[in-house]
Amino acid sequence: MEGGVVLLDFWPSMFGMRVRIALAEKEIKYEYIEQDLRNKSDLLLQMNPVHKKIPVLVHNGKPICESLVQVQYIDEVWKNQAPLLPADPYKRATARFWADFVDKKMYDSGSRVWKTKGEEQEAAKKEFIGNLKLLEGELGDNLYFGGDGFGYVDVALVPFYCWFYAYEQCGNFSIEAECPKLIAWAKRCMQKESVAKSLADPEKVYGFLLQLKKAYGIE
Amino acid sequence: MASGEVKVLGTWASQFAMRPRIALNIKSVDYEFIEEKNLLEEKSQLLLQSNPVHKKVPVLFHGDNKPICESLIIVQYIDETWSSGPPILPSDPYDRATARFWAAYLDDKWYPAVKSLGIAEGEEAKKTAMAQVEEGVALMEEAFGKCSKGKGFFGGDEIGFLDIAFGSFLGWLRVVEKFNGAKLIDEAKTPGLADWAERFCSHAAVKDVMPDADKLAEFAMIVVAKIKGLGLAAQSL
Repeated sequence: MEGGVVLLDFWPSMFGMRVRIALAEKEIKYEYIEQDLRNKSDLLLQMNPVHKKIPVLVHNGKPICESLVQVQYIDEVWKNQAPLLPADPYKRATARFWADFVDKKMYDSGSRVWKTKGEEQEAAKKEFIGNLKLLEGELGDNLYFGGDGFGYVDVALVPFYCWFYAYEQCGNFSIEAECPKLIAWAKRCMQKESVAKSLADPEKVYGFLLQLKKAYGIE
Repeated sequence: MASGEVKVLGTWASQFAMRPRIALNIKSVDYEFIEEKNLLEEKSQLLLQSNPVHKKVPVLFHGDNKPICESLIIVQYIDETWSSGPPILPSDPYDRATARFWAAYLDDKWYPAVKSLGIAEGEEAKKTAMAQVEEGVALMEEAFGKCSKGKGFFGGDEIGFLDIAFGSFLGWLRVVEKFNGAKLIDEAKTPGLADWAERFCSHAAVKDVMPDADKLAEFAMIVVAKIKGLGLAAQSL
């Protein structure tokens, strides 16, 4: 595989969506190759031998792994268009901190919402909403986490929005009721073509989650 | 150009707190080191106020800026702020991605395995944890070969981001070797890393902030006992 940009991905992955958004923001043409994670391809295993996970970004035949590393790489290589990280070092550190927070907290706390029941699930919902409220606090009255412009933290977080419907169904709660500003932000992001094109359909995601639950033996 | 006082809140034993200190030393930036006295049992007001989200060290204070948290984020901030000093991140975007990838691997995958080894009970648990730790070291030996391109450090001629990310673990790695009667980095198994480790630890930017191995071993015993005694999860480390 030489030249050009290839993305090994899996359609419901929030992590893959980050890279799709970044590539779309920079108007980069690329080949999208859907992966079957129950039957990992030789290509995936060759390109990401350490983690064997998607997304994998391949540029000029060389693989880059880990979604936030990929987004930073895209931002640095295609630096003349739609900058995602701000120029100021302090603002960059802040953006990296909150993207890292999303990585450390969102996936796990979201997963616990759909994997558990009863008291455990109530605790999981509380933690999940707590994390969202912290993010909402950071957003403040800004249009985006990047300030006036869409940026790195927006890219890191917005993919989770298409999973909210699935979490709400599983947990029987309303995220909008708890975090209206955050939902307003998400809807604002969805107005952008790069985001709308990259996020999966929430109904489809819920269908996928139901299949996952069955596979895990969760009611 | 940056202005304002620089302070690092950390502990003498913390491999994470060592990272910003090495970075500041590389840039020849003077800073005040504020020691967090009882991280495990009683976090200071300063720590809780400056890092309310994670309540962990290190924290960097620079002039009037709000505090910066997360060691690798701090290192990148230092690199970008004191940009006229020796560079810490590589200049090529692919090399930068590679350095960031391995640093994330160390923090997200490898270090949790090291912690598990520290508190593992029983032979089976120890064997499993040890295998994971050894696998990580083998990966880093291979990564060293590729990243150093024949030079002395992951960063090439000089200490870089990945040297700092991995090198900061060397003190604790020696403690793990001591407690488990194992050799993780040695001339036979990992020749590249063995030489690199010596070079790293004796580097001017590192030697004054790398904790003494015996002191660390003593401290490790206390920490492990406390963790088990307090029933704390390994996450608290």
